[in-house]
Amino acid sequence: MKVNLMSLLSGLIFGIGLAFSQMINPDKVLNFLDVTGNWDPSLALVMGGALSITTTCFYFIIKRKTPILEQKFRLPTRTDIDKSLIIGAMLFGIGWGMAGFCPGPAIASLGMDLLDPFIFVGAMLAGAWLQGFVFKKR
Amino acid sequence: MENFTPYSAIFGGMLIGLGASLMLLFNGRIMGTSGILSGLISPSKGDWLWRVLFVVGMIAGATFFLIIFPESTPSRHDFPVSLLIPAGLLVGFGTRLGNGCTSGHGVCGIARFSIRSIYATLTFIVSGMLTVFVIRHLIGIAS
Repeated sequence: MKVNLMSLLSGLIFGIGLAFSQMINPDKVLNFLDVTGNWDPSLALVMGGALSITTTCFYFIIKRKTPILEQKFRLPTRTDIDKSLIIGAMLFGIGWGMAGFCPGPAIASLGMDLLDPFIFVGAMLAGAWLQGFVFKKR
Repeated sequence: MENFTPYSAIFGGMLIGLGASLMLLFNGRIMGTSGILSGLISPSKGDWLWRVLFVVGMIAGATFFLIIFPESTPSRHDFPVSLLIPAGLLVGFGTRLGNGCTSGHGVCGIARFSIRSIYATLTFIVSGMLTVFVIRHLIGIAS
């Protein structure tokens, strides 16, 4: 129960942060990626602001034996750079640059009175499903 | 660079980092949107409610903020569907194949000094920049 409430709270703060930073504005995202155009470096500062908190907090958090509400930390352990990682990130970047949406801001935009995020999220879920279908169920 | 908004960017970014830190401190998990979502595509018993609530929180948080500060609401309407749909498919497919997106790799992975996340983040940022260059400056649409 507490785990679920913390998850809700974490999502809530994340959503407020995405709106506050204007990361949910796809035009602003595209202007960040448009380094040869009218470049808007703001989103580098969004990531810098986020990393200033996570890098500091994570340093202390992962020294703990367990998280506060769960038995253990569930952290990725792989350290190899494989083709899936790089090709996946490349494909993601292409999609990000096409529409200016990445998963977080696209989901957070679903409460606005706009159709575009719904179309994008529908396609995104289909793409994620397709990945599972192609790579895991063969 | 007249559209540069450094203060809201840094403060908003810090809130994103706070959300990620709470998720790790209390629940022991990485706050990665694509990872949390992909667990809902093939849900397992007892492992879906926290994911749904996280998504509900994200939508509620952003919506709540925009009700209070409506001037921050994005104004883009009717972006070409011919770009939105392939973009969504690529983002969904790519983030699941590459095990993460901007939040999981960019905000959480780099903070753990994960070499995979550093490579992934550099890759998707460069790939996104090249894509925008091609679409806006070579083809000349969606600008």
